Amino acid sequence: MLHIAALLTMLAALVAGSSALAGDGRTPRPVIEPATAGTQCVEPSDVMRRYHMRFLEHQRDDTVRGGVRGAKYSLKDCIDCHASAKNASVARAETNFCVSCHSYAAVRIDCFECHTSKSPKLAQGATK
Amino acid sequence: MSRRGFLGVAAAGLAGAVLAPGIQLIEIAQAASAGGPASAGASAKVRWGMLIDTTKCAEGCTDCVTACNTENGLAPATRSTDPQWIRKIEIKEIKTGRTASLPVMCQHCADPPCVDVCPTGASFKRADGIVLVDRHSCIGCRYCMMACPYKARSFVHEPLTEQKRDVPRGKGCVESCTLCVHRLDQGDKTTACAEACSQAGHGAIVFGDLNDPASEISLRLRAATSTQLRADLRLDPGVRYQGL
Repeated sequence: MLHIAALLTMLAALVAGSSALAGDGRTPRPVIEPATAGTQCVEPSDVMRRYHMRFLEHQRDDTVRGGVRGAKYSLKDCIDCHASAKNASVARAETNFCVSCHSYAAVRIDCFECHTSKSPKLAQGATK
Repeated sequence: MSRRGFLGVAAAGLAGAVLAPGIQLIEIAQAASAGGPASAGASAKVRWGMLIDTTKCAEGCTDCVTACNTENGLAPATRSTDPQWIRKIEIKEIKTGRTASLPVMCQHCADPPCVDVCPTGASFKRADGIVLVDRHSCIGCRYCMMACPYKARSFVHEPLTEQKRDVPRGKGCVESCTLCVHRLDQGDKTTACAEACSQAGHGAIVFGDLNDPASEISLRLRAATSTQLRADLRLDPGVRYQGL
């Protein structure tokens, strides 16, 4: 009995320790910042979760090589809706939209080594 | 309406018909909020080029360089290895002592040697004649820098932050003048350097479509002699010089 209680306390401490994670089941889930209120994603959430990288990769070739700008899956539009209200970014802090999930899944993203992760719409009001 | 634009509208209409009324409204609102339909893209009917009148280019003036740095988010070059997309050079004919001052940047060759040598296909020429680096596939080997006879390309050695939204740049890639491609794609008809030069009252840089016989650049090229840098290489550069 004592053993079980100790185990439970340990588990509770573990969950509390990783504040970026949440979830009621056995599997902790990342806390994802909600998009700017009143915006609608270009695809349903489950489609975006699975295929966003394909959409972005396909369109980036059209943009860089073909000069087609402002099409449906624009990284700029992603950033505009998903940038944090706190720091106007999707990738600056651990809690920001892209990073929260990618650090959870241990998938490194290179996008923001070249692309800015900040939204100019939010940047004026947000602190650094 | 362009074919692409028509397809976009047709697709939006179809989506509206299939989905529930509530979703349809959101879809339309989204399409409108995302900056309208996509731009038409680079056209092979156009060939962007530049004419630089060296007789009007003032010695010591670096307005074009400053404008380029501001537009593209480059820090002013302090070391020889710092990225620089446009640079001013002073030349002097030893025998006569005649001097000239001129900007040199990527010459946007019709037959670009940088594209020939690129091992990954990152260096490429767009349909409208602009020579670019696709940073997604650039491995930073710098072969193109060696192939370019104009020393137009730079390598980014240091990590960068605070890039411009329209001009993504990063460490480990080669880069060069893009003829302000982000502006052209959005319908602008000039580059930052040409704009700054005319605003400063020099008017030494004329930017335009070499394929359009009525454009200012074509008229000027027809009226007066112009020079290609290293014409012996027969690269057919899109940047021409007058008064050299």
